[in-house]
Amino acid sequence: MLRVLTAPLLFVALLVQSIRLALGQIWANKMRSTLTTVGIVIGVASVTSVIAALTGLRAKVLKDFETLGTNKIFIVPHWPREGKFRHFNWRQIRFRPKQFEGLLERCPSIEDYTLMTDRGQTVYHGVHSIDGARVNGINPSWHRIENRSVVAGRPFTLMDEENGWQVCLITPDVRDELRLDRDCIGRRIVIDRRSFQIVGVVEGRVKGGMFGDMGSSKEVFIPFETAWRLWDPWIYAMASCRKPELSKEAQAELRFFLRQSRRLGPGDPDTFRLEVIEEYLKTFNKMAMAITAVAGGVVGISLLVGGVGIMNIMLVSVSERTREIGLRKAVGAKPSAILLQFLVESVVLCLFGGLLGTLAGQGMTSLIAKIPNASLDMAYIPLWAIGLSFGFAGSVGVFFGMFPAIKAARLDPIEALRHE
Amino acid sequence: MLICLKNVTRVYKVGVERIHALAGINLEVEPNEYVAVMGASGSGKSTLMNILGCLDRCSGGTYELNGRDTTRLSSGGLAHVRNTQIGFVFQSFELLPRLNALKNVELPLIYAGGTTWLARRTRAKEKLERVGLAGRIRHRPNQLSGGEKQRVAIARALSNNPSILLADEPTGNLDSHTSRDIMMLFDELHRQGQTIVMVTHEEDVARHAERILHMRDGKIISDEHTGDRRLTPEDMEVDDA
Repeated sequence: MLRVLTAPLLFVALLVQSIRLALGQIWANKMRSTLTTVGIVIGVASVTSVIAALTGLRAKVLKDFETLGTNKIFIVPHWPREGKFRHFNWRQIRFRPKQFEGLLERCPSIEDYTLMTDRGQTVYHGVHSIDGARVNGINPSWHRIENRSVVAGRPFTLMDEENGWQVCLITPDVRDELRLDRDCIGRRIVIDRRSFQIVGVVEGRVKGGMFGDMGSSKEVFIPFETAWRLWDPWIYAMASCRKPELSKEAQAELRFFLRQSRRLGPGDPDTFRLEVIEEYLKTFNKMAMAITAVAGGVVGISLLVGGVGIMNIMLVSVSERTREIGLRKAVGAKPSAILLQFLVESVVLCLFGGLLGTLAGQGMTSLIAKIPNASLDMAYIPLWAIGLSFGFAGSVGVFFGMFPAIKAARLDPIEALRHE
Repeated sequence: MLICLKNVTRVYKVGVERIHALAGINLEVEPNEYVAVMGASGSGKSTLMNILGCLDRCSGGTYELNGRDTTRLSSGGLAHVRNTQIGFVFQSFELLPRLNALKNVELPLIYAGGTTWLARRTRAKEKLERVGLAGRIRHRPNQLSGGEKQRVAIARALSNNPSILLADEPTGNLDSHTSRDIMMLFDELHRQGQTIVMVTHEEDVARHAERILHMRDGKIISDEHTGDRRLTPEDMEVDDA
């Protein structure tokens, strides 16, 4: 009974003693200890800085997506190459505006949606022209979904929409390239031989993100109704859900709604696709994991090399201190106590390496963050990576310290005391 | 009966040769005896010491310590016996160089477990006072003289209140003056009831004991009780001269 009570106490006392001894040993052999841990230091420094870089990259990507809007859902037509749709043509697959009527009432998770058209066209103003400008037809609700401010003039209204007026919004790049004045409201430009009055200037897309321009910054917006009447174009829709967390519900509601409005039978495949920005995020995460795996391999090798170094120095330490081991055994240290002492020493040595490695990793991270145009300015070492590094370093200590520690624990006390 | 050896043998194998370091030892030691083991080198006295101290196992025969058979104990069990029943004093002191006197004396108490930090410290201080080193508890071995080192070693051996104090040539590395002080300390401990078994090849040292065993070729060839004839310091002065 007493042994049951005192055993944990004994273990703690031995552990504390072992840790103090280990620290003393490392302090007494400062140079040797530092050199021994170089492998561990390199391993930990590289793993922490790679993780820091990826974390920074991820934060950057997330920030880019935030400006694009993570709660956006794109609804595009899709032509299934199976079932009865195999013999359809694109004209039958494409969307029609009336298929979206009543969407907001039927899909409570959707905050807003806009129908859109997207054509590359030539835009003229006098002698100046832009080839391949993006001419988008949009509903007025577009302004609530896209957070792009109107820097001059006014946004679209229901009046523009319902009357199908030939009005347009342009981006500053279009204005500049067509040599229009800064105050260009009320001027007219020509698209497809038709004249459109400029009612406003809307800011361009976010530039310099992870994915470059995300398309042209030369954009002209016209009311959707106008585009529909003029060109009978290919259309798609962009919707926003009330909260990013509601994305899944919103997609389910949209799918149900569209299957009904497009009169799909129970066994028919979807003739549309819902695309969410998060999908791209998943792709990025996969890529990041692949990089982490490769870096993990490199780190594994350096930790292995480091571990062998630790084992080597621990063997030296055991043979140097053979007499001490003999004496400890003579005064009653059980083999397990000796094992613990040397295991703790190797673990402490590795954790010391882990500490140096984390500091070196922090230094490297600060350097990485300063690389211009590498999108790594947000790099930092997350707390879990520090925990992981110490965990790995400690495991290396246990794994590679085990053999020398067992060797010490098995020493014969008489032989050990006779050792010179 | 404190120690009871029955027909103990110890055989070493060196290559194909078998060396009988102990060839049938029968020995009984009562509590509070003061025994000196003498003999030429190779006579088996160190092997006997190792067996008595549970550092080594006998090849044949039985060794009972305090009525308990030790021959079947595991290495952990032997460590426990060494920790609680036996105190070692070595010729070359064997103090750990990086620990001060107090920490060295605390060492067996740490491995014994079940004591608090304060209890260990108090006990270690008490033992150091007993060997006359109350003023030097914070000194490290390299700051102590040979005699002082051996006193620390004796305090360490006494820290767990062992049944037997085993001393292997305790004065072998000391000058005659210091040797005399150490032997007086042993006499003092014996007077207080400590059982002592000591290996020595010096007649002067052996003469402090009440019982002298002579060994040759792994056997005890003589076992003489010299009675209670501890030497007074005045006798030692004469001896030195």
